[in-house]
Amino acid sequence: MAKITTKNLNLWYGTFHALKNINSNFEANRITAIIGPSGCGKSTLLRVLNRMNDLIEGVRTQGEVLIDDTNILNSHADLVVLRKKVGMVFQRPNPFPLSIYENIVFGEKIHAEGITRDRLDEIVEKSLRDVLLWDELKDRLNTPALRLSLEQKQRLCIARLIAVKPDVLLMDEPCSTLDPQATARVEELMRELKNRYTIIVVTHNMQQAARVSDDAGFMLLGELIEFDKTQELFTAPHDKRTEDYITGRYG
Amino acid sequence: MERHVDQELKELNKDILKIGALAEEAIYKSVEALKNRDKEMARNVINNDTNIDKLELAVDEKCIDLMARYQPMARDLRFITTGMKINSELERIADIAVDIAQRTLEIADKPLLKPLVDIPKLTAVAQSMVKMSIDAFVQGDITLAKKVLSSDSEADKLRNEIQKELIEDYMVKDGTTAPRAVQLLLIARFLERICDHTTNIAEDVIYMVQAEVVRHHPERLKNGK
Repeated sequence: MAKITTKNLNLWYGTFHALKNINSNFEANRITAIIGPSGCGKSTLLRVLNRMNDLIEGVRTQGEVLIDDTNILNSHADLVVLRKKVGMVFQRPNPFPLSIYENIVFGEKIHAEGITRDRLDEIVEKSLRDVLLWDELKDRLNTPALRLSLEQKQRLCIARLIAVKPDVLLMDEPCSTLDPQATARVEELMRELKNRYTIIVVTHNMQQAARVSDDAGFMLLGELIEFDKTQELFTAPHDKRTEDYITGRYG
Repeated sequence: MERHVDQELKELNKDILKIGALAEEAIYKSVEALKNRDKEMARNVINNDTNIDKLELAVDEKCIDLMARYQPMARDLRFITTGMKINSELERIADIAVDIAQRTLEIADKPLLKPLVDIPKLTAVAQSMVKMSIDAFVQGDITLAKKVLSSDSEADKLRNEIQKELIEDYMVKDGTTAPRAVQLLLIARFLERICDHTTNIAEDVIYMVQAEVVRHHPERLKNGK
């Protein structure tokens, strides 16, 4: 069964129809990439999965987004629980202006009041180990996170998400500010994390989508044109619009 | 929208066409040399092979270069990978023409065992299959590729007839004909191998055009795919 299913999902920003009848299944323990030209709706689709779009005025949605069979678009959905379960990593790493340690325990302090210091220490170590930062940072956990390199900041943001034990990681262009080596390391991390999470990544970088994902979807003008196994989509796409985009003929 | 890579893909197409034309010429000349017992022409086929080898390497290099620089996807990727495979099939075909030329040199000084009838027929089939397979690749023509595949049975039939005749009418009846008959047997076998290589090309073309693997899956062809 799919971890996330969208059914006839439509979204409008005011009068602009940004997502048109999206029907898709995102499987657990797989990385799904969403590709498409700027403005095609791929980030909007990602954001709808933890209702980040609610923050924008004039947004209207229709249809269903089922996560573990529960429609998160339902008006009674608990957004705090939802965002704990479905975390997001952004294009520019955005650590809080706090220490490395405080960044990681920030969420846990909100979600679990009265938690012990020992428990927090454990969470910090485990989260940093999961993103392969522990050895680098264990001796300077009280350093401001803003002093880290871009790649370290991005890893820290992933660690901060993992600390609250989400099921789903949404990644919006997670490597677009990183150099090729840092990108390769974050991709490696994504592959390690997929055994435990459902990962959905939006990327402009087609090669990255081809390298890192198991499934891939191509969006154009608010529509999900094609959704398939990555290997199939990149070697033998069925729709001419997908073919034209991935071979650079689009536009 | 014409992309920069399109020009390079056209060049690749042209190079493969060229290696195909050279392979086709090598087959023709090798059998002409046999028919006319023309040792000079046979040597010419053997010497020319180095040009085909050089071109094969150049095409291979170009394919690798295109993959490294453009990271092609979808039909571009299928075109380049198919081009690489066809390139090596064509080079093998040219090598077989060299094998025929070498057999020709072996028997050129001896009287012809029999007038050559079926070997030129098989040669014509092989040449036409080579030509069709290259055209199918260059034009991305599946119908032509399927025609190549269906021609293979004719090649097999001719090879079997040649084999039967040489063994039953010559080698069994008169053992002294064996040294010359064996050379002709080998040549028939070589020509039939050329046809097999063209069917590989045709299967690769079908993959290139419709992304369907028919190699080792004859039932997919029968299903009309």
